[in-house]
Amino acid sequence: MSNKLNHSMSLAKPDALGINNKQKVAVAIGVIGLFILTLALLNTNFPNQGVFLTLALSAIIGGTIWFSREAYLSKHEGIKNDGVWFKSISSRGILGWILGVVLTTFYIVLYFFPKYLGLGTDGEANTGLIALFDPLSQLLSGRNASQWFVYGTLYTVAILAFGYKFILKYRHNRYQQLRTVSVMFFQLGFAFLIPEFMYVMNNDLPYYDLKSIWPLNYYIFDEWSVKGFLSSGNIGLALLIFGILSIFVFTPILTYKYGKRWYCSWVCGCGGLAETAGDSFRQLSSKKMYAWKIERWLIHVVLVFSVIMTTAVVYTYLGYDKNEFWLTRGVFISLVIGLLTLIFTVIMIFKRQELAKDAKYGAISFFIAIALLLVMHFTGTTDHLFYIKAGALRAAYGIYIGSIFSGVIGTGFYPILGSRAWCRFGCPMAAILGFQQRLFSKFRITTNGGQCISCGNCSTYCEMGIDVRAYAQKGENIVRSSCVGCGICSAVCPRGVLKLENDSMKGRINSKDVLLGNDVNLMELVNQK
Amino acid sequence: MEHIVIIGNGISGVTLARHLRKLSDKKITIVSAETDYFFSRTALMYIYMGHMSFENTQPYENWFWKKNNINLKKGYVNTVDTNTKTLHFKEGDTLAYDKLVIATGSKPNKFGWPGQDLKGVMGMYHKQDLENLEKHAPNKEVCKHAVIVGGGLIGIELAEMLNSRSIPVTFLVRESSFWNGVLPQGESQMINRHIKNHHIDLRLSTNLREIKSDNNGNVKSVILEETGEEIECNVVGLTAGVTPNIDFLKNSEIELGRGVKVNRYLETNIPDVYAIGDCAEQHEAIGNRRPIEAVWYTGRMMGETLAQTICGNKTAYNPGHWFNSAKFLDIEYQTYGWVFGERGRPEYEQHFHWKHEDDTKCITVAYHKNTNEFLGINTFGIRMRHEVFDRWLTEKRDVDYVIHHLAEANFDPEFYSRFENNILKTYKNTLQTIS
Repeated sequence: MSNKLNHSMSLAKPDALGINNKQKVAVAIGVIGLFILTLALLNTNFPNQGVFLTLALSAIIGGTIWFSREAYLSKHEGIKNDGVWFKSISSRGILGWILGVVLTTFYIVLYFFPKYLGLGTDGEANTGLIALFDPLSQLLSGRNASQWFVYGTLYTVAILAFGYKFILKYRHNRYQQLRTVSVMFFQLGFAFLIPEFMYVMNNDLPYYDLKSIWPLNYYIFDEWSVKGFLSSGNIGLALLIFGILSIFVFTPILTYKYGKRWYCSWVCGCGGLAETAGDSFRQLSSKKMYAWKIERWLIHVVLVFSVIMTTAVVYTYLGYDKNEFWLTRGVFISLVIGLLTLIFTVIMIFKRQELAKDAKYGAISFFIAIALLLVMHFTGTTDHLFYIKAGALRAAYGIYIGSIFSGVIGTGFYPILGSRAWCRFGCPMAAILGFQQRLFSKFRITTNGGQCISCGNCSTYCEMGIDVRAYAQKGENIVRSSCVGCGICSAVCPRGVLKLENDSMKGRINSKDVLLGNDVNLMELVNQK
Repeated sequence: MEHIVIIGNGISGVTLARHLRKLSDKKITIVSAETDYFFSRTALMYIYMGHMSFENTQPYENWFWKKNNINLKKGYVNTVDTNTKTLHFKEGDTLAYDKLVIATGSKPNKFGWPGQDLKGVMGMYHKQDLENLEKHAPNKEVCKHAVIVGGGLIGIELAEMLNSRSIPVTFLVRESSFWNGVLPQGESQMINRHIKNHHIDLRLSTNLREIKSDNNGNVKSVILEETGEEIECNVVGLTAGVTPNIDFLKNSEIELGRGVKVNRYLETNIPDVYAIGDCAEQHEAIGNRRPIEAVWYTGRMMGETLAQTICGNKTAYNPGHWFNSAKFLDIEYQTYGWVFGERGRPEYEQHFHWKHEDDTKCITVAYHKNTNEFLGINTFGIRMRHEVFDRWLTEKRDVDYVIHHLAEANFDPEFYSRFENNILKTYKNTLQTIS
């Protein structure tokens, strides 16, 4: 930010609160891009699909870039939240609702009626929107597009274009810029390009986005997926091992050192979309106590569901005979129970105090889970578990959690529930990372002595609905399992109160009743616990 | 059960009530005429700017008060009868108390300017001021021009608010440079330039003569004292400081100065009547602090302290090392210890000043010219750690130590550019030129 005197002595600000003429043109360009896609959706047959697809995507990206440059580059560096609660789109106004409905319908069609997008079934050629993307798919992997390719492309376009916007918006803040570059890189490379190239190298390999880790990636241990890896030689085996190491080794180490933000705000695609395209909606998350209560129940139920479901699915395709393959059903169930018991024991030994009354719920849940697994083992037949087909359990998870929760509600409801509804209420990966962040991590948000003025910018802009102010005004560090470490609370704080830090575990949680600055011996008197 | 009545639901009164509830099961009633529930006054500007909704400014949800058995009464106290321990409300009802705490905060200063009560003239302190501003300056079509009188912290916030709605602002500042009664010259001038860069018409060394009215009693223009220039405007913001909001006590037996006179235990001359926050005036100033401190955190600290006294652990109010913070448009400001501007600077106080070439970051370190003891620091555009400076002030570190260890105190977000080496280099060069 340069503060050198501006010699234009105009008193009227160059930028009005509404959008300027250049921005109107930029919006028009973007809308034309979207319009081409809409025409394709309505089965318009474009003569040269490659040209029109290029045109459409360039218009969308170009329009967004131009709009953002006009919005931010003419202003001083700093917080750019003027009018957020006055704009229809970002305050649940009519534009917000329309966008929510459009996104939600798009997700419903995408997941459940892909033929309306033009997906060719039974070997027929694609039509409509999906056909428009055929040339790009052909270029990357030599096959026709699927609805997932269309979705993946649009998703990547959204993260790149809005990522650029976000970088300009926070051009005074290098933490925000770096993590945005990071999610843009992982989306473009890991989620979009690498899987296509892997297909070119070896078309038996199942689709595998390397950064998508179980249990977020709930299908990685499905039979078809594992068989796909195993039948693809060393590379397949390496990928499968990478998938297992990701959750059991890399994740705990990185989360210990940096908190869950290393994943949720720097790598993850869901987080990536929420932080870029969803940035305008972050203030809509509910900060109410009841929302927090719902969150804690819901996200852990999803986690338990995903663990049981995955165990059941793997269990059904394993055999009994250890001469056939060392990992038999008995060995597998023992491993799962062993791992759960290990985690439970470690927590109860080291963190009993911190959990307080939650420890009881934890213990009950643990024993229920173990009991379920044992029941499963001793009542299970080839494909029936708990007298339900494991496949049905898996299918239910796929539909209700994988599609409806994460997609339809998680993204479709951005303009209503805020940008991280899925990450907050549903993501099992976030639950695991959060659990560790709360108990075994160096990460915390430090508050700055007595400087907080309780203004509430931090809470307002917390996309996870954490009442950051409640901690800051007590001088207490924020150590919350749901915090994704986006760093926006620190950015919007007008008094320099919040700082994301990795430091020693000791004294990380520092509840205080009397803050620094009050020199009556109150600080010792009241704060000693 | 003892009934504690607190007049005022700002940060002081609410902090007191919360701590009373933690320490006791006394009956607690908070009286307010301003709002039903506690909100953060400091965030009023963000509502007008569209950063926050009013609900976002309330630190506690509405169920909090009932759950913690804190009674809220909306009403305007007309008089206090300390003999019968009764409050008389404008609405006609009364309330009896056993202990009374006055925490009514401040009101904007008005210095008898002609036209100061016209429609469209306002301070920026209460929620009602915000509603008034929203009425008179909803956009740049209704409010074609605004004039702000008084170059302090509220003045610059009001300028930022109006600026966010593209309303042209003329900012009248009595001093020769923005806030230079407090800020040293280098910093004050940097802020002057920053204000002008936001297209705010900053008029230094300029006073208001009068505010002129149109035929309907609305503001039409202001006349400047020095030049007689007339500036047409629809809104005039009066932000020349605040005074304790204690007019309702004028006929009571409680001793008043500019504020409610209190001793170090926050007791007034009447037993069982206390005063805290902006409206309390110490008989004698504490250290370099002013007898009346209209600062967010001092209100909070007085609430924390008085709760102890009322619950039987008689405790004197004893604020530690001075600190504060503010934000001037896009530049954050923090201060720890004492750094004086030109006015009132002790003869022994020497400054080291460093400014970044981009003209948005600078620091000033004050030290004792004979002993080199570190006295305080002002920082602009660089966040610092309260705890570290508090410790250094207690340890009476010298200026050398502080400059060499600045990195320890840095509180900027990760990956930000760091300036400690640059500062150290400047410091060494400065010393060479001096010696």
